[in-house]
Amino acid sequence: MLVTLHYTDLAVAALLLLVNGGLSMALDLGLARPLLVAALRMVVQLSLVGLVLTRLFALESPWLTLGAALIMLLFAGQETMARQERRLTGWWSYGIGTGAMGAAAGIVLLLGLSTAVRPDPWWDARYAIPMLGMVLGNAMSGVGLALHTLTATAARERAAIEAQLALGCTRWTALRPTLRHALRTALMPTINSMAAMGVVALPGMMTGQILSGVDPGEAVKYQILIMFLISGATGLGVLAASLATVRRLSDRRHRLRLDRLVRRR
Amino acid sequence: MLSVRNLSTPVLKPASFQLKAGECVAVQGRSGSGKSVLLRALADLDPSSGEVCLNGDRRDDMPAPLWRRRVTYVAAESGWWEDRVGAHFAQPDRAAALAGALGLPGDVMGWPVARLSTGERQRLALVRALVQRPEVLLLDEPTGPLDAEATERVEALLRAELVRGAGVLIVTHAPEQAVRLAHRHLHVADGVVTEG
Repeated sequence: MLVTLHYTDLAVAALLLLVNGGLSMALDLGLARPLLVAALRMVVQLSLVGLVLTRLFALESPWLTLGAALIMLLFAGQETMARQERRLTGWWSYGIGTGAMGAAAGIVLLLGLSTAVRPDPWWDARYAIPMLGMVLGNAMSGVGLALHTLTATAARERAAIEAQLALGCTRWTALRPTLRHALRTALMPTINSMAAMGVVALPGMMTGQILSGVDPGEAVKYQILIMFLISGATGLGVLAASLATVRRLSDRRHRLRLDRLVRRR
Repeated sequence: MLSVRNLSTPVLKPASFQLKAGECVAVQGRSGSGKSVLLRALADLDPSSGEVCLNGDRRDDMPAPLWRRRVTYVAAESGWWEDRVGAHFAQPDRAAALAGALGLPGDVMGWPVARLSTGERQRLALVRALVQRPEVLLLDEPTGPLDAEATERVEALLRAELVRGAGVLIVTHAPEQAVRLAHRHLHVADGVVTEG
């Protein structure tokens, strides 16, 4: 079974950071401080998550599990918003990103838990929370990329979009090239990662299961399931968030409303 | 034909005027005075208040795309969304004929957009609007980047549009052009539109 890690083992591995830090100082990269901060953040955040998950698994409460899921979703929403250079004003940006990801991850996760994995009880945090983490993490990247591309392209292609509107095209026709570009950009990483999986990259979850003694054949099946759930949730979330944003970027009189975007300071 | 009552936006002060069929009105004023704002508001490309009617039909009672087919705005900066020139035209044959009348080469519809000069783009953007036979043309400096010969061709085509019965509202910085084409003038200064 799994070899237990001691804190002294971690300290040895942490020495590698000193090599990185020394390199940064020798070459004057100015990365020593950010490296230290990032490493400390990682250690603190992961330790906290470890404590929280231990408690969560022990308490076996559906409400606490749901609460943890919601907190993860709110953080993911914040992250998608931070990735957009131009975003919708007011609560629209946060609301659309978070709503789309929540709905997509929720539907996909319920599907996965009720058909394929079927833990008992079905909301068992030991399954639900890590699966949500993986699905949400990927949906977050996709939605962030889609909305960033959509708003940046709409602002850049304003003349082309308004030329079509001026000729009597509807907002959906005029914004279709922009929408297509955003959807393609957001979905390509998921497709690429599926294509390279196993050949180039051994996914973290599968590696983790194998390290903890699970039969590789079993671990592979879990990984394939997760990849399907991830691509499903990313596709749904990206589509919903993009359509909602196109709607908000235009109005009922088929005008392009770039005045509803703010640039990040 | 086109009647405008108290049209206003955050920039534009309430403006009222008429445009008759076959009439050309020149819109003049300094850069930044609100000439483009006026044209965009008429085309309903920016939110505005007030009443605009075309032959008695209220703009707000009509779907915006239909309104813009009848009252078409051609921006000073033309926009392109496909790679090929021809893909921007619903009727490439008719468009090619009009483009020829404006002095553009016969095979221009097969060109990539990237090959077009600013002046060629500007003329093709006008053709794109004319192909749809709008009732009112809102033209924002249509001959700004053109040489004298091309300008003359554009003006000839616009005269033919006026004969057809179209109304034309044209923003121009060239006083001679206003004299050659326009029956009346509108002056815009700090968002205030005055006839004269």
